Amino acid sequence: MRTDLTSVASMTATLLETRLPAPPSDLREAAREAGVIWAGLFTLGVGFGVLVASDGLPWWLAPLISGSLFAGSVEFLLVGMIVAAAPIAAIAVTTFLVNSRHLFYGLTFPLHRVRGRAGRAYSVFALCDEAYAILSTKDPASLSSSRILWTQLGLHGSWAVGALAGGVFGSTLLGGRGALGGLDFILTALFVVLTMDAYREHKDPIALGAASAAAAIAWLVAPGSMLLVAMTSYAVSLVVRHRLGLRASRRDA
Amino acid sequence: MPEPGYVAVALGVAIAITVTLRALPFFVKGALAGSSLLDDIGRWMPIGAVAILALYCVSRIDFGATTHGLPELAGIAATVGVHAWRRNAVLSIVAGTVVCVAVTHLM
Repeated sequence: MRTDLTSVASMTATLLETRLPAPPSDLREAAREAGVIWAGLFTLGVGFGVLVASDGLPWWLAPLISGSLFAGSVEFLLVGMIVAAAPIAAIAVTTFLVNSRHLFYGLTFPLHRVRGRAGRAYSVFALCDEAYAILSTKDPASLSSSRILWTQLGLHGSWAVGALAGGVFGSTLLGGRGALGGLDFILTALFVVLTMDAYREHKDPIALGAASAAAAIAWLVAPGSMLLVAMTSYAVSLVVRHRLGLRASRRDA
Repeated sequence: MPEPGYVAVALGVAIAITVTLRALPFFVKGALAGSSLLDDIGRWMPIGAVAILALYCVSRIDFGATTHGLPELAGIAATVGVHAWRRNAVLSIVAGTVVCVAVTHLM
């Protein structure tokens, strides 16, 4: 009787296990988590496409730039500089200054979770702010290779498709752009949510305080290049904090 | 339309610099591998970076506009409130954005 009960119990357990829904595919998982952000990037992409078209550039430049450069703020600047026929050196310096903040992303991005040479190369190419923010704040062990790649492909694809739509329907959308107004708030909400989640994960008031101070100082001192100045000063503060921490532990030892 | 050759070089230069900036730290990381500094950076960088990106978005709000930035501030308040309540990222982002867009249209 007892063995019967245990066998029934184990059979029920097996049944329950097989009745559990199959693990969602990595694409579905990525879409569930980042779909809203894809929508946000799509609307921003439309804005970019409209800008390209309204600046008198051919419509296909919008998806071409968005697909091949995939760096939001630099793309907006680049279009203005191309229209003004800015010197290539000025374009190089601007790109370098605006995108230098990416220097800090690779250090902690979970690239080791991505399999294959091509996958890793794509992951590095498509390492935008949103990809870094969404993926580096997660436990790397919980991320599969295709989940990372789908997340980035979704960001990249929606940005480029948005630019295509904006470039093609530029003049028609120009009037309707007001309807899309406010949707770029999605990215603000994303970073607010990720900050709250990261803080809940590691209650680290020093990190949050140092980052806020770095952002505030950069905002006051260099509003034009706030991100770069803030990220650099925060990185410097990390090294200082690390050194102080080391010294403290050595003293303890 | 500016000269195609100029556009191609301009875009090519921007791509080369951007990809280099994105790839460079992965090589530096190899040199730092196993160091306690890299461990600390891994612990502290993500939270600092997302906080800076959030504050950057706040800094871009146009407080001088006719709406005085009220839609965005209401949206941030809604995002924080819903996220503290339900801890569901997608729900919080949608709720905040809906509030932001709704207040924009009301004003």
